[in-house]
Amino acid sequence: MMMNNSLKSLSKIRSGTIISGKWHGKRYTIIKELGAGANGVVYLVRASDRQAALKISDNPSSITSEVNVLKSFNKVQGSALGPSLLDVDDWNQNGHQYSFYVMEFIKGPDFLSFVQQKGPEWLEVLVLQLLSDLEILHQNGWIFGDLKPENLLVTGPPARIRCIDVGGTTLNGRAIKEFTEFYDRGYWGMGSRKADVGYDLFAVAMIIINTAYPKRFNKTTGGESQLMEMVRRKPELKRFEPMLKKALLGKYASAAEMKSHMLGALRPSQKQSVSSSTPKSRTQLHQKKYRTAVSKPKKKSRFLETLLLITAVSMIYVFYLYIQVL
Amino acid sequence: MRTGTLKQILLITDGCSNQGEDPIAMAALAREQGMTINVIGVIEQDVIDDQGLKEIEGIALAGGGVSQIVYSQQLSQTVQMVTRKAMTQTLQGVVNKELQQILGGSTTSMEDLPPEKRGEIMEVVDELGETVELEVLVLVDTSASMKHKLPTVKEALLDLSLSLNARSGSNRFSVFAFPGKRKEVEKLLDWTPNLETLSSIFPKLTTGGITPTGPAIKEAMSYFQQKRSLRRFLSNDDEQFFEESI
Ligand SMILES: Nc1ncnc2c1ncn2[C@@H]1O[C@H](COP(=O)(O)OP(=O)(O)O)[C@@H](O)[C@H]1O
Ligand SMILES: [Mg+2]
Repeated sequence: MMMNNSLKSLSKIRSGTIISGKWHGKRYTIIKELGAGANGVVYLVRASDRQAALKISDNPSSITSEVNVLKSFNKVQGSALGPSLLDVDDWNQNGHQYSFYVMEFIKGPDFLSFVQQKGPEWLEVLVLQLLSDLEILHQNGWIFGDLKPENLLVTGPPARIRCIDVGGTTLNGRAIKEFTEFYDRGYWGMGSRKADVGYDLFAVAMIIINTAYPKRFNKTTGGESQLMEMVRRKPELKRFEPMLKKALLGKYASAAEMKSHMLGALRPSQKQSVSSSTPKSRTQLHQKKYRTAVSKPKKKSRFLETLLLITAVSMIYVFYLYIQVL
Repeated sequence: MRTGTLKQILLITDGCSNQGEDPIAMAALAREQGMTINVIGVIEQDVIDDQGLKEIEGIALAGGGVSQIVYSQQLSQTVQMVTRKAMTQTLQGVVNKELQQILGGSTTSMEDLPPEKRGEIMEVVDELGETVELEVLVLVDTSASMKHKLPTVKEALLDLSLSLNARSGSNRFSVFAFPGKRKEVEKLLDWTPNLETLSSIFPKLTTGGITPTGPAIKEAMSYFQQKRSLRRFLSNDDEQFFEESI
């Protein structure tokens, strides 16, 4: 994609330049460019005492939208959805007004580089972390939208995946705002561009497939047939096959369900004992076993306890009344 | 807030017009009538010449829309991005006018407000973008140089209807080609909510040598008007221009 002219000028801000905010008066010194995309340019900057990432754009609407999403993410307690937001302001320069926001600098390689450097066993770890984050995000009514390896950075140690670029984040039920073809359900002819849980989980499946095809591939026939054929061609994707199929077909109701399926499929003992059955039944079996073996009797015994207590109390009460009457 | 229907003309071309009215003047005229013109310049590996670039930017500027130069492989994504961006821009304009009425005088746009106050305004714009009725008239340049890009254009338009039909607001599309077989402009597809029928029409396109961009915009304008006056005549409802309706 080509940039328009003013965005081009924004991508050439020299290191040492001071960006000073019109409304809040904070000053940021440019260190270097971190990246650029359709919605703006991101710089590493020095704020008073620490480093931060600053995203600047000539389009105040896109900055405001992203700030709205980050504010909402930051309100979710006990999780790290997206970078934390530090400041929002405008910068006047050569008669132009640009909008920017400053956020936590997330230091680390992107998803694909990390998996390539550290080995395939990290793939599961990161995908499980991602699914946990998506579950919280979805529970708060959001769909991430433009989910792709470039928008996933890995910080650490300990290694932790972080989503950046909330430019595509949409309220559940609305139309997807921004997407990248390879990860887009609509492009592959496998569903609509309405923002729903399945849209994000489709992208997660494509990110896993992407690790076996770092250069991606184009649509030929599209649909399930092409994507599953590409999955079968790569031995390293074998263990994910049933899970990928379900995610591509939109059969998972939540990120948590996909996560538990993945965990179930990874358990080595189960893999041997139920290797012929489909992983779907494997998780179901797994869950059923758990429920019957642990939770039900527990509930039952607790119920009995309560019953006993109530009977005892009422008996004492009746006895008390009886004494009063006498 | 009543927003009426957003009317967009989407021009897909690869360079310079060479016949008829000045397309920039026609774009300005369309804007005066409440339409927005977006232009996508499709190029191959070849670079676009300065004059072509100027015309593309000029049409969008005069037409109150968005322009973007793109390699043909990236057309699909660009078409939807440009359309969305222009929608937001227009809706932002409506909301800004409203703001000016409420806040008066010096506040003419969202940028005049401190960043803290912009969030809610943006939510309104987003909400409108999701629900507003949209009409897109697509004008495809089918001059000789565009010939081998037409399959990509077709894909991009199908993709556009996929994107827009994910919204809850209704969409209507129509498609015109220029130059036409006999006339300067030819209607390929009448107003329709989705573009699937396009697949059968596109392969039959023959390409011509001239590029009458100005006349094409003029024709598109009158097509929007025709429909409106006809509707007004039939139902006597005073559906107004976008700008007047707030
Ligand atoms: N908070 C951050 N910390 C570190 N790097 C970042 C951060 N935000 C963005 N980047 C880098 O900048 C690039 C572009 O940012 P992004 O927000 O994705 O822009 P766009 O919306 O234009 O794609 C990212 O791919 C990433 O490499
Ligand atoms: Mg990005």
